[in-house]
Amino acid sequence: MFDSYRVNTLQYDPDRCINCGMCSRVCPHGVFKPGRETAVLAAPVSCMECGACALNCPVQAIAVQSGVGCAWAMISAALRGKDMDSGECSCGGEPGSCCGPVQEKPE
Amino acid sequence: METPPSCTCSCPPETAPTTCGCTGGKKECEETPGISTATSTITFANRFDHFLARWGVNRMGHTVRPGLYRLGNPDADSPVFASANYTLSFDALRSALEGIDAYILVLDTKGINVWCAAGKGTFGTAELVRSVTCSDLARVVRHRTIILPQLAAPGISWPEVIRRSGFKVEYGPVRAADLPRYLETHTATPDMRKVRFPLADRLVLVPVELVHAAPPAIAGALVLFFLAGPLAALAAVTAVLAGTVAFPLLLPLLPTRDFSTKGLILGTIAAIPFAGAFASDVSGPVWMNAAGAGMALLIMPAVTAYLALNFTGCSTTTSRTGVRNEIFRYVPVIAVMAAAGIVLGISLGLLGWLEVI
Repeated sequence: MFDSYRVNTLQYDPDRCINCGMCSRVCPHGVFKPGRETAVLAAPVSCMECGACALNCPVQAIAVQSGVGCAWAMISAALRGKDMDSGECSCGGEPGSCCGPVQEKPE
Repeated sequence: METPPSCTCSCPPETAPTTCGCTGGKKECEETPGISTATSTITFANRFDHFLARWGVNRMGHTVRPGLYRLGNPDADSPVFASANYTLSFDALRSALEGIDAYILVLDTKGINVWCAAGKGTFGTAELVRSVTCSDLARVVRHRTIILPQLAAPGISWPEVIRRSGFKVEYGPVRAADLPRYLETHTATPDMRKVRFPLADRLVLVPVELVHAAPPAIAGALVLFFLAGPLAALAAVTAVLAGTVAFPLLLPLLPTRDFSTKGLILGTIAAIPFAGAFASDVSGPVWMNAAGAGMALLIMPAVTAYLALNFTGCSTTTSRTGVRNEIFRYVPVIAVMAAAGIVLGISLGLLGWLEVI
């Protein structure tokens, strides 16, 4: 109850994994951990669908419908009669947008 | 490893090679040729710029000129770091690299921070490759490695970058502050790889939240002040402050994982004193007091919950699927609560007006 984040679109096929370790390196929430033979899907519910792992996996062992988890962007898109997922996080583009100057800390 | 051909970035239309980052004679290298100089010093002017950025003043104006920068006295073997052309991102990087001779390649992310730009794709493979080519990086350094912030990864496909630019991508830590430690071994600890959202990071978001919510909040409070009195106006301001100030600060302490339910809980707590005040008003009949209290308990949590839901975009943990679920689950609830509260308020107002007549 009251957890809308229990499911997500992350899919992982360990049979394809070549254990390069890249997914563990790019994931900001420790969803993947290095394993002995393949990467291990350690914390799937922590996934925020940023898409870093899938984009950086050299053998397409990971798939995720990435997008920005921003209600403001989705609701504005829906209000303008567009597809909710087409609403891109305007990130400072418009007043009232989400993701303000957060995460400036990364380099 | 094959290096891309060099490019002066003046790109005359007739000779425009695609490898030069020019397509169809269109000049894609807009950077001033050559290498600029940067230091690790954060000046008062920089801090003032950060302050304005935090308050959402001239939002898109906090930019650094894209291109290659020299930090200290780098040579052909010095490391290359990539950054966004947002002052907060660039300044965090250059100050963290104090005492290190390096190159900084500033990508044109349109003044957006690394993570958001990566999510949008502006800190992406295409821009990185273009930037490497335009800055003539292959001639500046002997090695073929660029250190990227880890949070650039949602926009970058490293196999694609190496194929198109000849440069290998190395993902550094999430936080620039961890770079000196990272550079000792070029490996990040699991802790360096994790995004956190501590109180300080949430606190710096409050000003922008406030600035955005202020105009409608002030308008609403003024309307309520004249229609229903100072207590109602104060209730409106309180609900907005709960959603924009208290919510970010209390985020991990509020029960449940969904932002909307956290907001409903917080909004209800904020509404209780007002409901109590309305209920104990001795001047009116009991049913009127009850309706006033009901109004506070319906509208205030709805306002706070909606602001809380909109904070998902600022947070570092929410997935698109989850936010979508939240919207479908709670926006109807929030809307019904607000509508019921408003109908109740209007009815009360009309009845009061009739009584006066």
